[in-house]
Amino acid sequence: MNTEIQPDRRSIVRDAVGIGVATGAYGLSFGAISVASGLSMLQTCALSLLLFSGGSQFALVGVLGAGGSAVAAAGTAVLLGSRNALYGLRLAPLLRVRGLKRATAAQLVIDESTAMAVGRDSPRAARLGFWSTGLSVFVLWNLGTLLGGLGAQSLSNPEVLGLDAAVPAAFLALLAPRMRARQPWVVALAAAAVALVAVPFVPAGVPVLLAAATAALLVLRGRGDGGRNDSDSTDSTDAAVEAK
Amino acid sequence: MIWAAVLAGSIGCYLLKLAGLSVPPRILENKLVQRIAAALPVALLSALIVIQTFTSGHRLTLDARAAGLAVAVVAVALRAPFLVVVGGAAVTAALIRLIF
Repeated sequence: MNTEIQPDRRSIVRDAVGIGVATGAYGLSFGAISVASGLSMLQTCALSLLLFSGGSQFALVGVLGAGGSAVAAAGTAVLLGSRNALYGLRLAPLLRVRGLKRATAAQLVIDESTAMAVGRDSPRAARLGFWSTGLSVFVLWNLGTLLGGLGAQSLSNPEVLGLDAAVPAAFLALLAPRMRARQPWVVALAAAAVALVAVPFVPAGVPVLLAAATAALLVLRGRGDGGRNDSDSTDSTDAAVEAK
Repeated sequence: MIWAAVLAGSIGCYLLKLAGLSVPPRILENKLVQRIAAALPVALLSALIVIQTFTSGHRLTLDARAAGLAVAVVAVALRAPFLVVVGGAAVTAALIRLIF
Protein backbone atom coordinates (compact mmCIF):
# COMPACT_ATOMS: atom_id res chain seq x y z
CA MET A 1 0.00 0.00 0.00
CA ASN A 2 2.77 2.40 0.94
CA THR A 3 4.25 2.33 -2.53
CA GLU A 4 0.94 3.40 -4.00
CA ILE A 5 0.61 6.47 -1.82
CA GLN A 6 3.43 8.51 -3.36
CA PRO A 7 2.32 8.22 -7.01
CA ASP A 8 -1.22 8.94 -5.88
CA ARG A 9 -0.15 12.17 -4.17
CA ARG A 10 1.85 13.15 -7.23
CA SER A 11 -1.11 12.53 -9.50
CA ILE A 12 -3.37 14.66 -7.27
CA VAL A 13 -0.94 17.56 -7.53
CA ARG A 14 -0.54 17.02 -11.28
CA ASP A 15 -4.31 17.12 -11.75
CA ALA A 16 -4.42 20.27 -9.61
CA VAL A 17 -1.91 22.04 -11.83
CA GLY A 18 -3.77 20.88 -14.95
CA ILE A 19 -7.04 22.28 -13.66
CA GLY A 20 -5.21 25.48 -12.72
CA VAL A 21 -3.89 25.88 -16.28
CA ALA A 22 -7.34 25.29 -17.79
CA THR A 23 -8.86 27.78 -15.36
CA GLY A 24 -6.10 30.28 -16.13
CA ALA A 25 -7.18 30.20 -19.78
CA TYR A 26 -10.73 30.81 -18.60
CA GLY A 27 -9.33 33.71 -16.51
CA LEU A 28 -7.95 35.25 -19.71
CA SER A 29 -11.48 35.50 -21.09
CA PHE A 30 -12.76 36.88 -17.79
CA GLY A 31 -10.12 39.62 -17.73
CA ALA A 32 -10.85 40.57 -21.33
CA ILE A 33 -14.64 40.57 -20.89
CA SER A 34 -14.49 42.50 -17.61
CA VAL A 35 -12.41 45.31 -19.11
CA ALA A 36 -14.61 45.29 -22.23
CA SER A 37 -17.65 45.66 -19.92
CA GLY A 38 -16.26 48.93 -18.59
CA LEU A 39 -14.45 47.89 -15.41
CA SER A 40 -10.97 49.27 -14.80
CA MET A 41 -7.91 47.03 -14.66
CA LEU A 42 -7.78 47.46 -10.87
CA GLN A 43 -11.48 46.59 -10.45
CA THR A 44 -11.06 43.54 -12.70
CA CYS A 45 -8.08 42.23 -10.74
CA ALA A 46 -9.79 43.03 -7.42
CA LEU A 47 -12.71 40.80 -8.44
CA SER A 48 -10.45 37.84 -9.19
CA LEU A 49 -8.49 38.32 -5.96
CA LEU A 50 -11.38 39.10 -3.60
CA LEU A 51 -14.50 37.51 -5.09
CA PHE A 52 -12.68 34.54 -6.70
CA SER A 53 -15.61 32.57 -8.08
CA GLY A 54 -15.79 32.47 -11.88
CA GLY A 55 -19.54 32.29 -12.45
CA SER A 56 -20.23 35.08 -9.95
CA GLN A 57 -17.55 37.28 -11.50
CA PHE A 58 -18.91 36.84 -15.03
CA ALA A 59 -22.42 37.55 -13.71
CA LEU A 60 -21.30 40.70 -11.90
CA VAL A 61 -19.53 42.25 -14.89
CA GLY A 62 -22.35 41.08 -17.19
CA VAL A 63 -25.03 42.89 -15.16
CA LEU A 64 -22.85 46.02 -14.81
CA GLY A 65 -22.02 45.94 -18.53
CA ALA A 66 -25.74 45.81 -19.36
CA GLY A 67 -26.30 48.94 -17.26
CA GLY A 68 -27.50 47.23 -14.11
CA SER A 69 -27.21 48.79 -10.65
CA ALA A 70 -24.52 47.87 -8.13
CA VAL A 71 -27.19 46.16 -6.01
CA ALA A 72 -28.42 44.00 -8.90
CA ALA A 73 -24.85 43.13 -9.93
CA ALA A 74 -23.70 42.19 -6.42
CA GLY A 75 -27.02 40.43 -5.70
CA THR A 76 -26.72 38.21 -8.79
CA ALA A 77 -23.10 37.39 -7.95
CA VAL A 78 -23.96 36.47 -4.36
CA LEU A 79 -26.95 34.31 -5.37
CA LEU A 80 -24.78 32.46 -7.87
CA GLY A 81 -22.14 32.07 -5.15
CA SER A 82 -24.58 30.43 -2.75
CA ARG A 83 -23.53 27.01 -4.03
CA ASN A 84 -20.11 27.63 -2.49
CA ALA A 85 -21.77 27.57 0.95
CA LEU A 86 -23.04 24.05 0.20
CA TYR A 87 -19.56 23.02 -0.95
CA GLY A 88 -18.22 24.34 2.38
CA LEU A 89 -20.67 22.16 4.30
CA ARG A 90 -19.32 19.10 2.52
CA LEU A 91 -15.70 20.18 2.90
CA ALA A 92 -15.78 21.12 6.60
CA PRO A 93 -15.51 17.54 7.98
CA LEU A 94 -12.72 16.72 5.49
CA LEU A 95 -10.60 19.84 6.02
CA ARG A 96 -11.17 20.31 9.77
CA VAL A 97 -9.68 23.81 9.74
CA ARG A 98 -10.00 26.53 12.39
CA GLY A 99 -9.08 30.16 12.93
CA LEU A 100 -6.86 31.79 10.34
CA LYS A 101 -6.53 28.56 8.35
CA ARG A 102 -10.31 28.34 8.04
CA ALA A 103 -10.47 31.98 6.94
CA THR A 104 -7.87 31.21 4.26
CA ALA A 105 -9.49 27.95 3.18
CA ALA A 106 -12.86 29.69 2.81
CA GLN A 107 -11.57 31.89 -0.01
CA LEU A 108 -10.51 28.75 -1.91
CA VAL A 109 -13.93 27.03 -1.66
CA ILE A 110 -14.95 26.90 -5.33
CA ASP A 111 -16.26 24.34 -7.85
CA GLU A 112 -12.83 23.00 -8.79
CA SER A 113 -11.26 22.63 -5.34
CA THR A 114 -14.43 20.95 -4.01
CA ALA A 115 -14.62 18.51 -6.90
CA MET A 116 -10.97 17.57 -6.34
CA ALA A 117 -11.49 17.02 -2.59
CA VAL A 118 -14.76 15.11 -2.21
CA GLY A 119 -14.83 11.41 -3.06
CA ARG A 120 -11.18 10.80 -2.13
CA ASP A 121 -10.17 7.60 -0.31
CA SER A 122 -8.71 9.40 2.72
CA PRO A 123 -9.12 12.79 4.41
CA ARG A 124 -5.41 13.34 3.75
CA ALA A 125 -5.89 12.95 -0.01
CA ALA A 126 -8.99 15.15 0.21
CA ARG A 127 -7.01 17.91 1.95
CA LEU A 128 -4.20 17.66 -0.61
CA GLY A 129 -6.74 17.80 -3.45
CA PHE A 130 -8.44 20.85 -1.94
CA TRP A 131 -5.35 22.90 -1.13
CA SER A 132 -3.33 22.06 -4.26
CA THR A 133 -6.28 22.70 -6.60
CA GLY A 134 -7.44 25.80 -4.72
CA LEU A 135 -3.98 27.41 -4.71
CA SER A 136 -3.16 26.43 -8.28
CA VAL A 137 -6.47 27.81 -9.56
CA PHE A 138 -6.11 30.97 -7.44
CA VAL A 139 -2.64 31.81 -8.81
CA LEU A 140 -3.40 31.00 -12.46
CA TRP A 141 -6.92 32.50 -12.46
CA ASN A 142 -5.49 35.81 -11.22
CA LEU A 143 -2.60 35.67 -13.67
CA GLY A 144 -5.03 34.93 -16.52
CA THR A 145 -7.27 37.80 -15.42
CA LEU A 146 -4.35 40.23 -15.48
CA LEU A 147 -3.17 39.16 -18.95
CA GLY A 148 -6.69 39.07 -20.41
CA GLY A 149 -7.45 42.52 -19.02
CA LEU A 150 -4.22 43.97 -20.41
CA GLY A 151 -5.03 42.40 -23.79
CA ALA A 152 -8.51 43.89 -23.90
CA GLN A 153 -7.21 47.28 -22.77
CA SER A 154 -5.15 47.50 -25.93
CA LEU A 155 -8.27 47.01 -28.10
CA SER A 156 -10.17 50.04 -29.33
CA ASN A 157 -13.54 48.32 -29.76
CA PRO A 158 -14.09 44.93 -28.09
CA GLU A 159 -17.27 44.27 -30.08
CA VAL A 160 -15.15 43.85 -33.21
CA LEU A 161 -13.69 40.72 -31.62
CA GLY A 162 -17.11 39.46 -30.58
CA LEU A 163 -16.23 39.61 -26.88
CA ASP A 164 -19.85 40.50 -26.03
CA ALA A 165 -20.90 37.18 -27.61
CA ALA A 166 -18.28 35.34 -25.54
CA VAL A 167 -20.10 36.11 -22.27
CA PRO A 168 -23.29 34.10 -22.90
CA ALA A 169 -21.13 31.32 -24.34
CA ALA A 170 -19.18 31.22 -21.07
CA PHE A 171 -22.45 30.97 -19.11
CA LEU A 172 -23.63 28.20 -21.45
CA ALA A 173 -20.47 26.19 -20.82
CA LEU A 174 -21.11 26.49 -17.07
CA LEU A 175 -24.79 25.58 -17.44
CA ALA A 176 -24.52 22.59 -19.81
CA PRO A 177 -23.21 20.00 -17.32
CA ARG A 178 -26.16 20.76 -15.01
CA MET A 179 -28.74 19.93 -17.69
CA ARG A 180 -28.69 16.11 -17.63
CA ALA A 181 -32.10 15.64 -15.99
CA ARG A 182 -35.62 16.90 -16.73
CA GLN A 183 -35.85 19.11 -13.64
CA PRO A 184 -33.16 21.64 -14.60
CA TRP A 185 -34.78 22.08 -18.03
CA VAL A 186 -38.06 23.15 -16.42
CA VAL A 187 -36.18 25.61 -14.21
CA ALA A 188 -33.95 26.90 -17.03
CA LEU A 189 -36.79 27.49 -19.51
CA ALA A 190 -39.02 29.16 -16.93
CA ALA A 191 -36.15 31.38 -15.75
CA ALA A 192 -35.22 32.41 -19.30
CA ALA A 193 -38.85 33.21 -20.15
CA VAL A 194 -39.40 35.29 -17.01
CA ALA A 195 -36.15 37.20 -17.57
CA LEU A 196 -36.94 38.06 -21.21
CA VAL A 197 -40.53 39.10 -20.45
CA ALA A 198 -39.31 41.35 -17.62
CA VAL A 199 -36.54 43.12 -19.57
CA PRO A 200 -38.65 45.98 -21.04
CA PHE A 201 -40.34 46.77 -17.72
CA VAL A 202 -37.81 46.60 -14.88
CA PRO A 203 -34.34 48.11 -14.25
CA ALA A 204 -31.34 46.30 -15.78
CA GLY A 205 -30.14 43.40 -13.66
CA VAL A 206 -33.52 42.82 -12.03
CA PRO A 207 -34.75 40.27 -14.65
CA VAL A 208 -31.99 37.90 -13.53
CA LEU A 209 -33.06 38.25 -9.90
CA LEU A 210 -36.68 37.57 -10.91
CA ALA A 211 -35.45 34.42 -12.65
CA ALA A 212 -33.83 33.32 -9.39
CA ALA A 213 -37.09 33.94 -7.53
CA THR A 214 -38.91 31.88 -10.17
CA ALA A 215 -36.59 28.95 -9.53
CA ALA A 216 -37.18 29.15 -5.79
CA LEU A 217 -40.96 29.26 -6.35
CA LEU A 218 -40.84 26.25 -8.68
CA VAL A 219 -38.93 24.26 -6.07
CA LEU A 220 -41.27 25.32 -3.25
CA ARG A 221 -44.29 24.29 -5.31
CA GLY A 222 -42.64 20.96 -6.08
CA ARG A 223 -42.42 21.51 -9.82
CA GLY A 224 -38.69 22.04 -9.91
CA ASP A 225 -37.70 18.58 -8.70
CA GLY A 226 -39.48 16.45 -11.29
CA GLY A 227 -41.21 14.58 -8.47
CA ARG A 228 -37.96 12.93 -7.48
CA ASN A 229 -35.99 13.19 -4.28
CA ASP A 230 -32.53 12.37 -5.48
CA SER A 231 -31.15 15.80 -6.24
CA ASP A 232 -27.90 15.93 -4.34
CA SER A 233 -25.26 18.58 -4.04
CA THR A 234 -22.71 16.16 -5.51
CA ASP A 235 -24.48 16.62 -8.85
CA SER A 236 -23.35 20.19 -9.12
CA THR A 237 -19.86 19.31 -7.92
CA ASP A 238 -19.45 16.62 -10.57
CA ALA A 239 -20.93 18.98 -13.10
CA ALA A 240 -18.39 21.62 -12.17
CA VAL A 241 -15.43 19.41 -12.83
CA GLU A 242 -16.76 18.31 -16.19
CA ALA A 243 -17.18 21.92 -17.15
CA LYS A 244 -13.42 22.32 -17.25
CA MET B 1 -20.65 52.57 -8.22
CA ILE B 2 -18.64 49.80 -9.85
CA TRP B 3 -16.45 49.62 -6.75
CA ALA B 4 -19.56 49.24 -4.57
CA ALA B 5 -20.64 46.21 -6.65
CA VAL B 6 -17.11 44.74 -6.61
CA LEU B 7 -16.75 45.06 -2.84
CA ALA B 8 -20.31 44.06 -1.91
CA GLY B 9 -20.16 41.04 -4.23
CA SER B 10 -16.76 40.02 -2.87
CA ILE B 11 -17.79 40.34 0.78
CA GLY B 12 -21.09 38.53 0.20
CA CYS B 13 -19.46 35.65 -1.66
CA TYR B 14 -16.68 35.33 0.93
CA LEU B 15 -19.16 35.22 3.82
CA LEU B 16 -21.10 32.45 2.03
CA LYS B 17 -17.91 30.42 1.61
CA LEU B 18 -16.96 30.97 5.26
CA ALA B 19 -20.48 30.14 6.46
CA GLY B 20 -20.33 26.80 4.65
CA LEU B 21 -17.17 25.85 6.52
CA SER B 22 -18.53 27.15 9.84
CA VAL B 23 -22.20 26.20 10.27
CA PRO B 24 -23.35 22.79 11.56
CA PRO B 25 -23.68 20.28 8.69
CA ARG B 26 -27.30 19.53 9.66
CA ILE B 27 -28.42 22.31 7.33
CA LEU B 28 -27.19 20.27 4.36
CA GLU B 29 -29.66 17.53 5.25
CA ASN B 30 -32.56 19.86 4.57
CA LYS B 31 -33.88 18.66 1.18
CA LEU B 32 -35.47 22.02 0.40
CA VAL B 33 -32.18 23.87 0.91
CA GLN B 34 -30.47 21.35 -1.39
CA ARG B 35 -33.06 21.69 -4.13
CA ILE B 36 -33.11 25.48 -4.10
CA ALA B 37 -29.30 25.54 -4.09
CA ALA B 38 -29.27 23.21 -7.11
CA ALA B 39 -31.95 25.18 -8.97
CA LEU B 40 -30.47 28.67 -8.39
CA PRO B 41 -27.36 28.37 -10.59
CA VAL B 42 -29.44 26.82 -13.39
CA ALA B 43 -31.99 29.66 -13.28
CA LEU B 44 -29.37 32.42 -13.01
CA LEU B 45 -27.14 31.07 -15.77
CA SER B 46 -30.09 30.46 -18.06
CA ALA B 47 -31.46 33.98 -17.49
CA LEU B 48 -28.00 35.53 -17.96
CA ILE B 49 -27.55 33.66 -21.27
CA VAL B 50 -30.79 34.98 -22.81
CA ILE B 51 -30.35 38.49 -21.37
CA GLN B 52 -26.80 38.82 -22.66
CA THR B 53 -27.74 37.39 -26.05
CA PHE B 54 -31.20 38.71 -26.90
CA THR B 55 -31.42 42.15 -25.25
CA SER B 56 -29.88 45.61 -25.67
CA GLY B 57 -30.83 47.91 -22.83
CA HIS B 58 -34.57 47.43 -22.39
CA ARG B 59 -35.22 46.13 -25.92
CA LEU B 60 -35.33 42.56 -27.19
CA THR B 61 -32.90 42.20 -30.11
CA LEU B 62 -31.65 39.58 -32.53
CA ASP B 63 -28.11 40.21 -33.77
CA ALA B 64 -24.68 38.63 -34.27
CA ARG B 65 -24.61 37.47 -30.64
CA ALA B 66 -27.41 34.97 -31.39
CA ALA B 67 -25.27 33.34 -34.08
CA GLY B 68 -22.41 33.24 -31.59
CA LEU B 69 -24.63 31.49 -29.05
CA ALA B 70 -25.83 28.99 -31.68
CA VAL B 71 -22.21 28.03 -32.40
CA ALA B 72 -21.59 27.74 -28.65
CA VAL B 73 -24.58 25.38 -28.32
CA VAL B 74 -23.15 23.13 -31.04
CA ALA B 75 -19.69 23.25 -29.43
CA VAL B 76 -21.13 22.32 -26.03
CA ALA B 77 -23.16 19.49 -27.57
CA LEU B 78 -19.92 18.16 -29.10
CA ARG B 79 -18.29 18.45 -25.66
CA ALA B 80 -15.70 20.91 -26.92
CA PRO B 81 -13.32 22.46 -24.34
CA PHE B 82 -14.29 25.73 -22.64
CA LEU B 83 -12.04 27.93 -24.74
CA VAL B 84 -13.41 26.48 -27.99
CA VAL B 85 -16.99 27.21 -26.84
CA VAL B 86 -16.20 30.81 -25.86
CA GLY B 87 -13.78 31.47 -28.73
CA GLY B 88 -16.17 29.96 -31.28
CA ALA B 89 -18.96 32.27 -30.16
CA ALA B 90 -16.71 35.35 -30.24
CA VAL B 91 -15.23 34.58 -33.66
CA THR B 92 -18.68 33.85 -35.13
CA ALA B 93 -20.12 37.16 -33.90
CA ALA B 94 -17.03 39.06 -35.08
CA LEU B 95 -17.17 37.48 -38.55
CA ILE B 96 -20.86 38.23 -38.97
CA ARG B 97 -20.26 41.88 -38.05
CA LEU B 98 -17.35 42.00 -40.47
CA ILE B 99 -19.44 40.63 -43.36
CA PHE B 100 -22.73 42.50 -42.85
